[in-house]
Amino acid sequence: MLQIFKMAFRDLGRNRRRTFFSALAVAIGLALLMLMASVINGEMGNAIQSSILLQSGHIQVRSVSFDENKSSLKWEDLVASPDEIAAKVAAFPQVKAATPRLFASGFLSTGDESTGVKIYGIDPNSVANDPYRMGLLSGNFLTADDREGLLIGKPAADKLHLQVGDTVGLSVNTSNGDVQEQVFTVRGIYSTNTYAFDVSTILMPLAKAQAITQTENHASTIFILLKNETDTDSVAAALQGLNLDVLTWRDMNQLIVEFETMANSYIGFFYLIILAITASVIVNTLIMSVYERTREIGILSAVGMRGSRILGLFLAESAFLAVGGVILGVILGWGAVQLFNINGFYIGNMGLSGFLVGNTIRAQLMLDDIVNLSVLTFIVTLLAGLYPAVTASRLEPVAALRAEK
Amino acid sequence: MEVVKVENITRVYQIGKVETRALQGVSLTIEDGEFTALVGPSGSGKTTLLQMIGCLDQPSTGRVVISGQDVTRLNRNQRADMRRGHIGFIFQFFALIPTLTTYENVEMPLLLNGHTPKERRERVMELLKAVDLADRANNRPDQLSGGQQQRVAIARALAPKPALILADEPTANLDTANGRQVMEIMKKLNQETGVTFVFATHDPRVISYATRVVTLKDGVIEKDSASGAK
Repeated sequence: MLQIFKMAFRDLGRNRRRTFFSALAVAIGLALLMLMASVINGEMGNAIQSSILLQSGHIQVRSVSFDENKSSLKWEDLVASPDEIAAKVAAFPQVKAATPRLFASGFLSTGDESTGVKIYGIDPNSVANDPYRMGLLSGNFLTADDREGLLIGKPAADKLHLQVGDTVGLSVNTSNGDVQEQVFTVRGIYSTNTYAFDVSTILMPLAKAQAITQTENHASTIFILLKNETDTDSVAAALQGLNLDVLTWRDMNQLIVEFETMANSYIGFFYLIILAITASVIVNTLIMSVYERTREIGILSAVGMRGSRILGLFLAESAFLAVGGVILGVILGWGAVQLFNINGFYIGNMGLSGFLVGNTIRAQLMLDDIVNLSVLTFIVTLLAGLYPAVTASRLEPVAALRAEK
Repeated sequence: MEVVKVENITRVYQIGKVETRALQGVSLTIEDGEFTALVGPSGSGKTTLLQMIGCLDQPSTGRVVISGQDVTRLNRNQRADMRRGHIGFIFQFFALIPTLTTYENVEMPLLLNGHTPKERRERVMELLKAVDLADRANNRPDQLSGGQQQRVAIARALAPKPALILADEPTANLDTANGRQVMEIMKKLNQETGVTFVFATHDPRVISYATRVVTLKDGVIEKDSASGAK
């Protein structure tokens, strides 16, 4: 067996340039697979993490009758005494933060511009709101007792030509169906680098949001962030006793989860194309090798080497090509991901509707993907070597010995 | 004792609609220790007959018996096993594996036969000494002359201690001096080890080494010096 591997290794060394380019084909194939997988991981991971941090949290607790699409402000659709419930939830050791939020719809207008907005009433002191705090581009963050201030996302501020300190009119629907109007001052301009969120969301203190919408001591939801995402189901199960609707991030981001499944199906198709091209290069290389060494195969056969060993010899060659290609491919793939991530891929506001995708896609290379794709590439390369190997093993000794070389 | 018994074999090649009869009812018996030359013009059937005896090909009709075993009944793998254990080959084109060293080429049949590393080492060095190439053990074929390569091929053919060595035009690609050296080595090994040699040639200088000359023409034995039959 050792001799077979030794021969296979040396055979590959006969035409080093061809061997190098064949291994390079395997390597480039694997590197492309790794880059594709890591870009999808990055984009999907980005979408889910953005959504969890900015919008859904890991878990939300809501009134059973709350309809997210309507952002109802009727008391029966809201969570009563939300601070008490948030405090109970925050007592769970797995919980990083639990904070009430009130959602309302409104209309923001300056003298000659206006836009529809979603209003988030938030507790400015909660760490759950750190993404907004850290995204502050200018001005100051909200304080809990501020009754006239709001934060506005940069795209909306640009659209309405607003700067910190400017005043802006806000019309808001109230719990009894009326419309309240009030002039607010822009305390700060923030960016989460997520265009879809920033262009449509303004933030104000929860107490002010409750006052202007006449919802008093109510909130739309208790927004919960966990220390560890894997605790989602266990914490959600523990919260079932509250007689409220408990939703996990998966429930609230079904579109993203479904899109990820669909993206994985598509990527599988691209995997097949890349692997087929790689396999054809290997088949071609080894078929050439078989034809060039037909007489040698005859000699091996003449000295008594069985077809199965000749098969093993050529399979060993494809295994060496596969190993070399995979090692080189992992290095190339890793390098490609690092290069990709130097600046990322800027998509600006091209994110899909309903997706909170950051404005820059970064590739995220997972160990699982490296292992799985390497094994897949190795197997495909080995299988590609099967046809030439079988061809070699079935050569008739007399015909093989009669070959020119 | 009979090493080879060929009974009325034919070999017909069908190429398209053209049928070629390479052997037309050949019968031949070769005893242990013979140094037999198969002679005849090109196309007379010498190489085809060697291939039948060497289990590289199978006759269309008739029977070939090697060391008492009917090899025409063997399947592909069994014929490979027969070649590995009982028959050594020397070809006109030297037929060494270019990626292996002299040592490794000679070692190859021993590896296939499952000999231990110690057995292999001893046997290979013994043979390389016998063909005067012990100092070339680590050279690759492209670092050897044609005569040296053919001597390596002889050592490889002898490695598994076969009952029979078949050589197809073993000196055809060699100059006179190297050709003579190869034939003398073959003759010496035949005399010292008793192994049977059957070789195809049309070189009169090579024929002179033979103890028996079988002449083929148009796929039949025209003359056999052992029987004197014509």
